[in-house]
This record gives sequence, structure tokens and C-alpha cells, in this order.
Amino acid sequence: MNALALYGRYVATSLRAQAQYPTATLMLTAGHCAATAIEILCVFALFHRFGSVGGWTFGEAAVFYALVNIMFSLADMLSRGFEVFGTDFVRTGAFDRVLLRPRAAALQLAGYEVRLSRLGRLLQAAVVLVFATSLVPIAWDASTIAIAVWAVAGGVALFMGILVLQATLAFWTVDSLEIMNVLTYGGVQAAQYPLNIYAAWFRQVLTFGLPLACVAYYPVLAILKRPDPLGAPDWLLPLAPIAGFAFLALSFVAWRAGMARYTSTGS
Amino acid sequence: MPQILVEALAKTYRVAERAPGLTGALRGLVHRRWRPVHALANVSFSLEAGELLAFIGPNGAGKSTTVKILSGILRPTSGRVEVGGLVPYEDRVRHVARIGVVFGQRSQLWWDLPVIDGFDLLADIYRVEPQRYRRRRDELVTMLRLEPLLDQPVRQLSLGQRMRAEFAAALLHDPAILFLDEPTIGLDAPSKLAVRDFVRRLNREQGVTVLLTTHDMHDVEALAERVIVIGQGRLLTDGPFDSLRASVLAERRLHIDFAGAAPVLEMPGVTVRARTERSLELAFDPTKIPTPKLIAAITAKHAVDDIHVDEPAIEEVIARFYDLHDAGEA
Repeated sequence: MNALALYGRYVATSLRAQAQYPTATLMLTAGHCAATAIEILCVFALFHRFGSVGGWTFGEAAVFYALVNIMFSLADMLSRGFEVFGTDFVRTGAFDRVLLRPRAAALQLAGYEVRLSRLGRLLQAAVVLVFATSLVPIAWDASTIAIAVWAVAGGVALFMGILVLQATLAFWTVDSLEIMNVLTYGGVQAAQYPLNIYAAWFRQVLTFGLPLACVAYYPVLAILKRPDPLGAPDWLLPLAPIAGFAFLALSFVAWRAGMARYTSTGS
Repeated sequence: MPQILVEALAKTYRVAERAPGLTGALRGLVHRRWRPVHALANVSFSLEAGELLAFIGPNGAGKSTTVKILSGILRPTSGRVEVGGLVPYEDRVRHVARIGVVFGQRSQLWWDLPVIDGFDLLADIYRVEPQRYRRRRDELVTMLRLEPLLDQPVRQLSLGQRMRAEFAAALLHDPAILFLDEPTIGLDAPSKLAVRDFVRRLNREQGVTVLLTTHDMHDVEALAERVIVIGQGRLLTDGPFDSLRASVLAERRLHIDFAGAAPVLEMPGVTVRARTERSLELAFDPTKIPTPKLIAAITAKHAVDDIHVDEPAIEEVIARFYDLHDAGEA
């Protein structure tokens, strides 16, 4: 069975395990939906008070918000094994069991637990996207849909990359570091607003360091058919999400170094 | 060419030294001092296909480190290891596809899934062809009497039932080599017997090479023809258990119940280990005083109700062996 098919089996297995506790799963999902919905209310409050921010309307900001949350919820759903790697695998020694199976460790971790409750955030973000579409004139034709899907794919890769880095650090620190939440949850917060409202140094960070702007800001400009107020060329906008995949690839380079360290220290 | 070859294996860990207390912990954050710990030093042995070897030693002796290196999880500091022609830690994925591992303290099954679903998933993980998988699974289910448990989620199994399922899980891909790390720990007596019986059958009937670590000396007595003792990272002895016993504690024990009060016995080469009002336990060396002669000498002078001879318990032999080699818990 090839890796992709096996991953599918892992996902199915995880879903079946959660189906053992249907009420808990349902309530977690609803809770997650409600908790994340507060965030869009905050965005709305901000725009309601100031009318527009940095030349953007609420409807446009809602498109950023929706896409970033769709990316993050998918990545969060698919990378649980990396997120809890320190506490659930390194500290408990369960990672040894992963290494005893004749498959890539990363594949086993990605399939470790696919949490249905994350559908709560996804659902909420999808609702916001539909709502935003009614506020802003977006032409959902083949090319804009393609850009949106491509941006989401790049964004999922980017957030997964952050979670892989978080797991990699656990090879050194043993625990899963809450400080990495600055990058995940903080990243979601930062990327759900348009880039041009930030100071120059922070824009640099979001473009070249942790390239959240490349998977959210630039492709959304392309979807909204707006030129970049900061002057990035139009042809570049739909290409930007590739940075997410580059980030993921680099994360896996670090991950391999962490694996090598683990096998030489055993802790 | 032996199936498992270990030559001059050494593993050194670096352990951070910490001064006690909060100030010590804070100082440790800034400036750490490392101390080398030699978990294994110059360990060599080899194992032919179909052998059954028990690895024993006190806690912290290096047993788990050895098993981890052999199973490809850990990379040694120096030395050479080959298992079935592969270097485990260089070729992890290919290597682990050919071995089975059971940890007594850790489960490899899916807690919330029925046993059978876990088996199915493992078959996919190990790329076992469906037809072969079904045949092998049915065989293991029969041998381990798992039929009534297959539909139950793993979390509902007793420890004994779960261990039987763990054994099946480790063997679905039909490995030629099985590593067992304390497989009987915490089990009740019937479950221990079932595990030993299964391991013996697997080794004798199917020719699976077994390497087992344990603290339960009855596992050793019941299973292993060959025993390796390690202490403080060094290999102390490698051979049949009987020769270990002979080299350490050749004495026999004579238990006597007297018809009347137990007498005061003074015989050269015989020591009184325990006495009650009407019984004695004597220790003697059978090469110096043959057992029949000792019994004859006692029964000639005293009226005896019952008498039997035995050997020191295996735990005692091992404890004495650790003492002799100064190999107590590290």
C-alpha cells in the first residue's frame, strides 16, 4: 500500500476512533466553531468603529479572514501528531514505536489523529467566506477559484511547516513548546488583516521570514483583482503561495536533523 | 554468518549535571556541565537463526539500550551491529519490516479501536499481501485464543488479553526475529504461562529467533537455553544458564522435618541456613559431601518425618552473581 493510500487509512482509523465518543466530538466541534466565531466579531467591531482600515472594507478583510482560517483549520486538523509531538511522543517514548514501523515517521505523525472538532473553525470560516462574497464583488470564475484553492494549499503547507518546526524543537526540548503558538495562532491573527496596515519591518517578516503574506495577502489581491498598494507586480500575486511549500520543505530539512539527533541520544 | 552480530558495541550518553535547588536549576540554564555516562562498553555477542537468548541484568544495566540499538531506534557511539545483513540504524525502514518487537510496558495497538481493526491497519503499514495476511492472522488468532476478543476495543482488554493481542500484532508480518522487552511484566500467573508457552512454540515450531529481556527469572528458566548477563554496561557472562548457576552457587539445600525436636547438627562442610522447632534447612556442596551420604548420616541418628533436596532459587543465583561482579543497580 503506497503512502497516500496508507494516509487515507490512518485518517479513516482516526475518524472511527472519534466516532466512539460521538457526543464529545460533536460538542468539541460546536465549541470550536463558537470560540473562533468570536474572532470575526472582533474584526467586525473594528471596522464598524473606523469604517475602513488602510483602505480596506470589512467585506474585503473578511475574505482574508476566511481564507486564513480555512488554511489553518485544515493544517491543524492534519498535523496533530506534530503539534503534540513533544508531550505525546518524545516524553512518553511513544516515538520509539513510530520508529519501529517500516514507514516514514512524518507520515505516521501526520496520520496520528485527524481531529473532527477542527471542522468547527473550518465551517465558521466557510460561512464567513460566503458572507464576504455577498459584500464584495468577487467573480468566482475558474481562475479565481483556482487561485483560492492554490492559496489554501500553500497556506496549509505553511501552517504544517510551522507545526513540523514545533515538533522538531521538541527533539531538543522534549516538551511541545507553547511559545510556537506565537507563530501558529499569532500567525492566523496577523494574516487575517491586509499586509499594508503593518509597519515595514513586520511586512518584511510576513513576506520573507514566515511567508504568511504570500499565502494570504498576495493571492487575495489577485482574487479581488486589486493592484498591490505596496507595489508588488500583478503577475507575482498568484505565484506567491509557492512560498508556503518552500517553507514546508525547509521545515522537513530541520526535521531530519532532529531525527538524526534523536537516534543518537535516544531522548 | 550469524543472524545477529554485535561487535565492540559502545554507547555513551551525555547527561547534564545540575546543582540542587532553584539556583542550581537557573545556573544550569546558563552554563551546563555535561558528564558522560557509559550505558554500554565493549559488548560483543552473536546469535544464530532460531536461537532463543535471554538478556538479563539489573535496572540501568544497558539491556534496553542494546535492544534499542538492535531494533534501529538508537545509533551506537561505536562498534558494529548487523542484523540479517543490515545495519539497523542505517537502514531503519527495511530493517524494522523484518523484525517484530513487543514491549511489556507499551502498547502498539490503537486504544479506541477493536483489535481486529488494529491488525488490519498493521497489515497495511507492513505491506502484507491480503491473502498472506489472512492466513497469518487466523493462525495467530488460534494460537493465542484471540477469537472472542477481536471485536473489542483495546481499552477494554485486561492486561493479559492485551499482551496476547500485542504478540499477534508484532507477528502479523511474519518476522524472522522477535525482540521482547519484559513481555511478562505485571501479568498474572496463567497469562505468564501462556506467554512463555507461546514464545517457546514460536521459537521451536516456527524457528523464530527470539531475544528477550526480563527481570522474571522464571521466564529465563522456562525459555532460554542461553543467557547473557550485563551489568553497568558490560557483558558479564554468556552461556547456558546451568553453567552460570554452577559457577556462582553450586550448593544444594536439604530440608528436613524431624519427628521430635530439631537437633544441633555439627558436620564439616554443612551450614544451617534456617531452623524451627522441628525442622532444619541445610546448605552443602554436593561435590564435597554427596547428597546420599549426608542423608544417610542424618537419618542414622535422628527420626525423620520428611526430607527433600533442592537448589537455590534462580533469583538468589542471579543476586549472588550481581554481587560477585559488583553489578548492582546503577
